Amino acid sequence: MTFNAFLEMIPISMMFASPIIITALGGLFSERSGIVNIALEGIMMVGSFTAATVTVLLESTTPFAPWIGLAAAAVAGLVYSILHAFASINLKANQTISGTALNILSSGLTIYLCQIIFHQQRTKVFQMSIQRVTVPYLSDIPLLGKLFFTSIYPTFYVAVVLVVVTWFVVYKTRFGLRMRACGENPQAAASMGINVAKMRYAGVLISGLLAGLAGGIMVLTTDIQFTQNSIHGTGFIAIASLVFGKWNPYGVLGTGIFFGFSTALSFYAKDIPVLSAAPIEFFYMLPYLMTIIALVIFAGKSVGPKAAGEIYDSGKR
Amino acid sequence: MTKRSEKLVLPIISIVLGFLVGTIIIIATGRSVSGMFIALFKSFTGIDLSGGQAFNPRYIGEFVVQTMPIILTGLSFAFAARTGLFCIGAEGQLMVGSAAASAAALYISAPAYIHVPLVLLSAMLAGALWGAIPGFLKAYFNVPEVTVSIMLNYVGLYLNNFMVLNVFGSADRIKTAFFPQSALLESPFLESITRNSRLNWGFIPVILMLFLFSFIINKTTFGFSLRAVGYNKEAARYAGMKVRRNIVVSLMIAGAFSGLAGAVITTGTFNFGRVIAASEGYGFDGIAVALVGSNEAIGILLAGMLFGMLKAAQPLMQVQGIPREIAGIIQAAIVLFVAMQQGIKMIIGKFEKRKASAPVAEGERV
Repeated sequence: MTFNAFLEMIPISMMFASPIIITALGGLFSERSGIVNIALEGIMMVGSFTAATVTVLLESTTPFAPWIGLAAAAVAGLVYSILHAFASINLKANQTISGTALNILSSGLTIYLCQIIFHQQRTKVFQMSIQRVTVPYLSDIPLLGKLFFTSIYPTFYVAVVLVVVTWFVVYKTRFGLRMRACGENPQAAASMGINVAKMRYAGVLISGLLAGLAGGIMVLTTDIQFTQNSIHGTGFIAIASLVFGKWNPYGVLGTGIFFGFSTALSFYAKDIPVLSAAPIEFFYMLPYLMTIIALVIFAGKSVGPKAAGEIYDSGKR
Repeated sequence: MTKRSEKLVLPIISIVLGFLVGTIIIIATGRSVSGMFIALFKSFTGIDLSGGQAFNPRYIGEFVVQTMPIILTGLSFAFAARTGLFCIGAEGQLMVGSAAASAAALYISAPAYIHVPLVLLSAMLAGALWGAIPGFLKAYFNVPEVTVSIMLNYVGLYLNNFMVLNVFGSADRIKTAFFPQSALLESPFLESITRNSRLNWGFIPVILMLFLFSFIINKTTFGFSLRAVGYNKEAARYAGMKVRRNIVVSLMIAGAFSGLAGAVITTGTFNFGRVIAASEGYGFDGIAVALVGSNEAIGILLAGMLFGMLKAAQPLMQVQGIPREIAGIIQAAIVLFVAMQQGIKMIIGKFEKRKASAPVAEGERV
């Protein structure tokens, strides 16, 4: 493989990495507050459907249609995640089951609405989408300029900014400290006067907002329309990178880029002599296999939030 | 409410609420509600209420075909759940089961009475091995089985595709060569009495497994110790039960059920191994079936029929002008309501307490 081909792979990797990173950050908020959210996949589908639909409907009237679509996707994701929050916080539902139900629901609901709006099992093809940009001046930096600032999707910068913001919110603010307390030991947090239910609602709703946004980004950068397979497991890859990134924003950034790279690699592998012998399915499997290995390595060490997944019982000691 | 009536009443409330949600969505989007119920009735009984052809047994055949695999994945989820484990890996176990069934169908040549059992057994074995992975990691490293089994679902999917494309060989890059007749569950007799549906002998292993599930759980010492681990791990350990071994074996048995579902689909509904682009949802259907069926064999049978009926009614609804996805929406709503049982129970409990305590409180106020 030539160096140019490698340079070509970088923006593609970043394109795949952005939705993974943003969704994983969503998962981070939710799990840090103590609620496991495997509905991320479904929330991404809702966001992706919303962004595609809004873009298709508005693109003839405004050039900002894709960006309005992204905003709508984030709102839709937030609204959809209220279901998960209500079921698992107010009604004390098992969080994995509630998440599973939301995943089934989203694939039904989105395609159902496609049939109602577009009379087919997918949205119409959108003419406008998010375009690559080249950042002036910065792209002139030797090597780095070529890698990170030349013909790259601006959504990657959104992802990086969100990583920093997430780190700041979770580790440097009172809100973040309280939220983490609810994920580690909700009874202790409650005894200090923290409203556990409120903090967990915040965690789940932020995760819905981010996963919805990420779903929108995914469809508007990697696809031409929304279909049943637009998200194809990316929500679960996001959960994988959350675990692999040790529930830490910068860890998520690193593993998100890595998984994005491995997705890109599956497209380019046939041109790379060393890798062309490996079956393409191997690259698809890689994130999942690595996560299992990571789980074994982390086993017994307290890396994840301790109370995540547990139903909150204020009387428990 | 007693425990027994709870197991019956709560799922029924959830089912009614689920259909209510579906009905509201159909009305809100301006479709015909009666069309949905006509389609459901037709898929279940073969009788067309809207006139036209009065009775067509083909629909009953297709309904049974849809029901078979999800009963098996339901048994799979339920078996692990009875041990206190939460394994959502049925999907992946089903995939490796499919791959193993394809291998046994293509590479073994034997008369049908040997070939078919070998196909089914190899699928069960593959599923069991796939289930052993989260079991082993849970038992010996305390790795959460939920996450591992999610990850293995995708690994299983791609493993199946790899096997079909690179090992079994595929001329059209979609499916393997056709299996020999001796490996198949299909039956010209069953097809003929159901007017060419895809009905096949797959229901026999399904019924056997329902009995086996009930037998292991309720009648054997082993099943008792599995349930004991599910109720209280520490107490079971104190009583001398091999907790770790039980976890591994439980997930292996659960995996075997799902693996068999793969064989029933691959050598019953189809007669070739397939490249599968994205998860087909049988594993998640199984979770729905087990939850609504309260993890009991009889409940799983009934819930499997309910969701099988919904699945089989999908094309019929589409004909009625209702998007077929309504079936998935209703299913998800039912699962969500079952998951909220704890909350629903609290509400019912408060209501009953108020009813029961009101007159007493009146009399005691002296």
